[in-house]
Amino acid sequence: MPSLDLFLQPEIFLVWTSVLKTSVILGIVLTMVAYSVWAERKVSAFIQDRVGPNRVGWAGLIQPVADGVKLLLKENFVPAGVNKLYFSLAPSLAMIPAILVLAVLPFGSSLFNVPMVIADLNVGVLWVFAVSSLGVYGIVLAGWSSNSKYPFLGGIRSSSQMISYELALGLSVIPVFMITGTLNLGEIVRYQVENGWMVFPVWFTSPPEAASTTIGFLETIKFSVGMSTEKMLLWIPMMISFVVFMIAMFAETNRVPFDLPEAEQELVGGYHTEYSSMRFALFFLGEYAAMIAGAGVIVTLFLGGWSLPFVPDGSHGWFWGLFNIGTFFAKVAAIIFFFLWVRWTLPRFRFDQLMKLGWYVFFEVALANIFITAGILAYLKS
Amino acid sequence: MATVVQRPKLSLLERSYFPALLGGLWITIKHFFKMMAGRTHVTMQYPEQRWDSAMPEWYRGAPTLVKDEHNRERCVACQLCEFICPPRAITIKPGELPGDSVWVKVEKYPEKFDIDMIRCIYCGLCEEVCPEQAIFLRKDYSITGLTRAEMVHDKAKLYELGGVMDGLVHKWNEKK
Repeated sequence: MPSLDLFLQPEIFLVWTSVLKTSVILGIVLTMVAYSVWAERKVSAFIQDRVGPNRVGWAGLIQPVADGVKLLLKENFVPAGVNKLYFSLAPSLAMIPAILVLAVLPFGSSLFNVPMVIADLNVGVLWVFAVSSLGVYGIVLAGWSSNSKYPFLGGIRSSSQMISYELALGLSVIPVFMITGTLNLGEIVRYQVENGWMVFPVWFTSPPEAASTTIGFLETIKFSVGMSTEKMLLWIPMMISFVVFMIAMFAETNRVPFDLPEAEQELVGGYHTEYSSMRFALFFLGEYAAMIAGAGVIVTLFLGGWSLPFVPDGSHGWFWGLFNIGTFFAKVAAIIFFFLWVRWTLPRFRFDQLMKLGWYVFFEVALANIFITAGILAYLKS
Repeated sequence: MATVVQRPKLSLLERSYFPALLGGLWITIKHFFKMMAGRTHVTMQYPEQRWDSAMPEWYRGAPTLVKDEHNRERCVACQLCEFICPPRAITIKPGELPGDSVWVKVEKYPEKFDIDMIRCIYCGLCEEVCPEQAIFLRKDYSITGLTRAEMVHDKAKLYELGGVMDGLVHKWNEKK
């Protein structure tokens, strides 16, 4: 069949698989965004001994649809005195970077020998940092173009927040690259499959001579468990990295305790005070998409990405390929739950406190951590 | 004398905030799982569950008109309630009973009896002032409507809410 051959030509194959992967991932992530809003309301309610949404559908599960319809049908109001161009540009600027980050995240091993990552870039993490920090422009522009006090303060706070955490965010992951020797997120995950997760240095590998048996359609292989003093030694700087990166990620995604730009109690919603309808929804979705992307980066860098002990990768059958994708999103969901849990536990920092924390504590810790890692690596090599 | 507040001496661990952070996280997750296990007493789910059975005897709900066991409408249109009503929610148009009526010696009856439930403040003065035991505040508390007109209870609606009440004084009966 000539038409099928055309689809299997390398370039065309790449194009249509990429388009397929992109649309599927967008679908999954936007669904997750909708349901993390639901989860936020539910978790907050449970923590505060309330019931949460329970009217629309069972346990309020159709609530996101109702919210979406409501936001779509609302009047898209533009207040007088706003800068119209930037006012309408800002919501997309807040949403797009969060979505773009997903491009480099390896959300699964492989399915039918197609690697489950949209763009397998060698600059991986640099792309994540470069793009995700653009999200601040959306917030600053929204705050400024609204021509109103509270959004303006929110925008100012957002920029002050960015110069507080970005440094720690970037420096805290350098030890990971020093250990893995690559910036490519897919290879970082591969490293963690073979050498144990960054925060859990016990690895489960299948020796090459291991016999694989087939039960039904499932191919199972034997695993051997590994552990070593060297990896345990490297575990110390990795935990420091993990904690600093996690905290910086809270600031990056504007989550409590660092949700200064929106601070609903002091700033009436912050940068999106003047927004309504779908423009507001875009900010809202962008925030949660950034949360999912941030959780995805944490999972990829420190929690072993799609890998799970005793689970083979996608080269052992499509079932395991799908299982890996499920594992990745389950881990992302767990991190998001942690984000929600922290939100309803901790009070908000003041922006000078955040700056102090970023520059006096996390900057130093992250910097010292690089040298500790370098020292350990040099010691292990000699 | 000025009070000197002793600052607590914090250990290094306490000053790192970590014990406090973890303690806070522990408290919130405890509440979360208590709720998941259904061991938390939550608020009443209002439209499905109601206080009705626990309502006290003296509850003052919506004012209603009642009929007695002879199916006589007890209101004689004396208009005392209309005059005492603080928010002027009651409007009565008195009418004369026809000569062939059994209760002709009562002489008057309300041709129209409207209570504007948007105005009503549920004070109970109408019930207190009524010399005929004709108006009572019953236990209806959820008075809603989509229009202002719907919120005005007319005579039919008031009798529908009030119904028949036994054991009242009968001062208009024969041989009494």
